[in-house]
Amino acid sequence: MSGMEQAIGTRQGWMGLLARAPAGELARLWADAGLEAPAHDWLRPPETGAVMVRGRAGAQGAPFNLGEMTVTRCALRLADGREGHAHVQGRDKAHARRAALADALMQGAEAATVRDRILAPLAEAEAARRAARARRAAATRVEFFTMARGENG
Amino acid sequence: MYVAVKGGERAIDNAHAWLAEARRGDASVAGLTLAQIREQLALAVDRVMAEGALYDADLAALAIKQARGDMIEAIFLIRAYKTTLPRLGYSRPVETAAMRVIRRVSATFKDVPGGQILGPTFDYTHRLLDFVLAAEGETPEAPEADAAPDPAPHVLGYLDREGVIQPEADGDATPGDLTRAPLELPADRALRLQALARGDEGFLLSLAYSSQRGYGRNHPFVGELRIGAVAVELDIPELGFAVEIGEVELTECETVNQFTGSKTEPAQFTRGYGLVFGQSERKAIAMALVDRALRWKELGEEDTGAPVQDEEFVLSHADNIQATGFLEHIKLPHYVDFQSELELVRRLRREAAAASEREAAE
Repeated sequence: MSGMEQAIGTRQGWMGLLARAPAGELARLWADAGLEAPAHDWLRPPETGAVMVRGRAGAQGAPFNLGEMTVTRCALRLADGREGHAHVQGRDKAHARRAALADALMQGAEAATVRDRILAPLAEAEAARRAARARRAAATRVEFFTMARGENG
Repeated sequence: MYVAVKGGERAIDNAHAWLAEARRGDASVAGLTLAQIREQLALAVDRVMAEGALYDADLAALAIKQARGDMIEAIFLIRAYKTTLPRLGYSRPVETAAMRVIRRVSATFKDVPGGQILGPTFDYTHRLLDFVLAAEGETPEAPEADAAPDPAPHVLGYLDREGVIQPEADGDATPGDLTRAPLELPADRALRLQALARGDEGFLLSLAYSSQRGYGRNHPFVGELRIGAVAVELDIPELGFAVEIGEVELTECETVNQFTGSKTEPAQFTRGYGLVFGQSERKAIAMALVDRALRWKELGEEDTGAPVQDEEFVLSHADNIQATGFLEHIKLPHYVDFQSELELVRRLRREAAAASEREAAE
């Protein structure tokens, strides 16, 4: 599962995983993990805004602006100086805060706990959701067969 | 002359109170939750996201509920809300080649690597009303199969590598943004694609249909239609790298159209492109046809005078919020404007009557 390792093993990976995670799932895992919500200062308090999503003409040509999506971002600093950043899809400020806290905790002693109790279950759940969709799609794949042709007669 | 008048506050308040009651409908019927709208009217939600030009399914569901199912009113609510959001940045262009497809069909090649994947489609249904739904029957689970390990590359890539289709001019020029600067004509393709992506589905459908019927004909084949989720990546300057900030579901349509060519350039197919938020293949196909028709100048084609080739006509009328704003404002009080016209008509009639009396007298 190289995709899952990447999602947990690199900062880019876990930030993306936390951003894509359903907010409710992250909240539940956070509560279950027994991590105290550590004291922190806001470098940038949670703020909801829009990011313009771009596409490319013909899928590979020059970029164009397709439309916006809602995003909530924040940045914080723990008492020991570790910084956590988050940009998460949607308008849930608690989601952004938890994602930023997890990002900060991943840079220190709590990393193993965050990885095992939060990131790994999130990555597994996401992989399961994706696989379920892929299996349904695969079941709708067309298997062509050729009818008897007339050219032999 | 502008005459300010006051009045009607009580009537307006009471009208809005009645609107709220009418929105709720019969109180003995269970109220709709946003989750029900999001999950069970998903294509309505997708349309509001596409034409509202804001990807947020919960907001779109709220807008549909508030608008009592009036789609343009719901889109209006989203556009208005969107203006209150600070712009946090521009994403990297999404990689639709890496889309996790739930549907992917090609009308040009039967045997494409990755296969023809029908997905949750209305195609091949008999369009017979299903009274099981009226009886709230349970839905059986969709069958599953081992997921194909082979990726689904873009079908047009095969034509591209053979050189028989026009390559897309790449480049990373910053595209213009209609949400930041008003549309100026002539518009480049990036601006046209943005306007079409948020344009009214019905308007684009009719324009595309007109082109198929001969008004600006350009012989499209659907080279590929795909629906699925793509990651959205944003560069975070304070971190110095890009992170995925979420996922959006998109519908993409690439058409293969009749060719260009000359004595010096061998014949090549041309392209139209459609990309839309959510699942909306009607809109994506229509967008691709209109995009292709608007490229007539760059492809050295004849201007047949067809509406779909007229950039100013298409782009100025594709936005249903602009259109409905201007259309519907004429129902609001125009008492003074009308009084002046009424006075004018009366005077003209008096003058005409007086003139014919004079003639009769002479």
